[in-house]
Amino acid sequence: MEKKTPLYDVHVSSGGKIVPFGGYLLPVQYRAGVIEEHMAVRTKCGLFDVSHMGEITLRGADALRNLNRLLTNDFTVMDAGAARYSPMCNEQGGTVDDLIVYKRGENDYFIVVNAANREKDFAWMKAHVSGDAALEDISDTIGQLALQGPLARKVLDKLAAPESIPEKYYTCVFDGSVAGIDCIVSATGYTGEDGFELYCAAQDVEKLWNAVMEAGAEFGILPCGLGARDTLRLEAGMPLYGHELTDEISPKEAGLGFFVKMDKDDFIGKKAIEERGAPKRKRVGLRVTGRGIIREHMPLYADGREIGVSTSGTHCPYLGCPVAMAFVDAEYAAPGTAIEADVRGRRVAAETVKLPFYKKVR
Amino acid sequence: MNLPEELKYTKSHEWVKFIDDTTALIGITDFAQESLGSLVFINLPQVGDGVVAGETFADVESVKAVSDIFSPVTGDVAEVNTDLEQSPEIINDTPYDAWIAKIENITDTADLLDAADYEKAVEEEN
Repeated sequence: MEKKTPLYDVHVSSGGKIVPFGGYLLPVQYRAGVIEEHMAVRTKCGLFDVSHMGEITLRGADALRNLNRLLTNDFTVMDAGAARYSPMCNEQGGTVDDLIVYKRGENDYFIVVNAANREKDFAWMKAHVSGDAALEDISDTIGQLALQGPLARKVLDKLAAPESIPEKYYTCVFDGSVAGIDCIVSATGYTGEDGFELYCAAQDVEKLWNAVMEAGAEFGILPCGLGARDTLRLEAGMPLYGHELTDEISPKEAGLGFFVKMDKDDFIGKKAIEERGAPKRKRVGLRVTGRGIIREHMPLYADGREIGVSTSGTHCPYLGCPVAMAFVDAEYAAPGTAIEADVRGRRVAAETVKLPFYKKVR
Repeated sequence: MNLPEELKYTKSHEWVKFIDDTTALIGITDFAQESLGSLVFINLPQVGDGVVAGETFADVESVKAVSDIFSPVTGDVAEVNTDLEQSPEIINDTPYDAWIAKIENITDTADLLDAADYEKAVEEEN
């Protein structure tokens, strides 16, 4: 049985087309449609209900030690109010999830995980922490909105004082206030645009949604669904767990080596990642040069043999063309390599390109 | 519901316009284009392909999904609407003008509904 976020009724009355996702019922789009919603985020601003995401706290004298053991990134040097992205690996070097850690204070962390993996992540963490480290899954008490786009800051300025708004990317204000509601205000997002993620008490999120939509009206804000969330992150070259990351794919293979600190003493999966050595397949971007849309799980060919598989793909509204992400044999990963995808029995020509496909206009 | 009276319809949301006894134009209905959302791609058949009533002969894609189009008739593809290759969204704008293929040598049809029966069938579906 799928769950509803606190904004379910708001989505329905806003004309949202509800679909099941990650165990929740959420809108894939609203009346404007995926393309318009995507373009609103790229040119003005859009608002997403991301309350389905999971939130887990980790506190205690051994919190940092456990964090460094559970996750591949290094959390030793981190200011309070900073946010840091990290994969979490299993003993085989595959990925359990990718997540963001916020540091509230010394040995006091707020961790945001993918909705579909929330129970799995919490169970995994509980099974692997030791010493003075208390874990709590507070997901059901938290609502979350993502306000994204070049005008996101202008909208937020109408609802929050400067001291509530983080100035630097990947930082947050823990005790912020937006529209009179207590919020964690974080300068993060999954779209490749400027923007903020707002965390509040679940019972306040409807009021927050309405306040942001009202404040954003003069800037052309649109409510945006899961469809646009996917096309935006794909244009920005961002991985999605279940596609570019799985419990078999290591973060290094997915091109996330920067977030895997091999000079840390130890972390779960370190030995296995070392033993895997240089990845035989690499994550690349694909731009269609023929006619067709490459989607996920399509085999890729070059020189008469199968050399990879696509992991995500669709028509991208801002770029105006189909793009995909894929894993290909290392020797075909250089940008500009011509390959063919098997799109439901028909070969479609494409070429490899560097990620991301899109970088925000400065 | 936008349903021209002179056309025939299928339960799978295609429309057929007979030009003579063995020639017809095929497209998809307003209900179909509305459900699919903005179309970004169409896979057209080739001229000369055979089509069979009730079987897929083309597909359209929105950002999120691929949807098969089923032929209402059995025959041969005489012409395809190549305007749709550049601008598949024409189907969203004018679904009853945006014909997908012209079929000739028609020898059979699927169950075809008139406008009133198609409207009833759609209402029952929802």
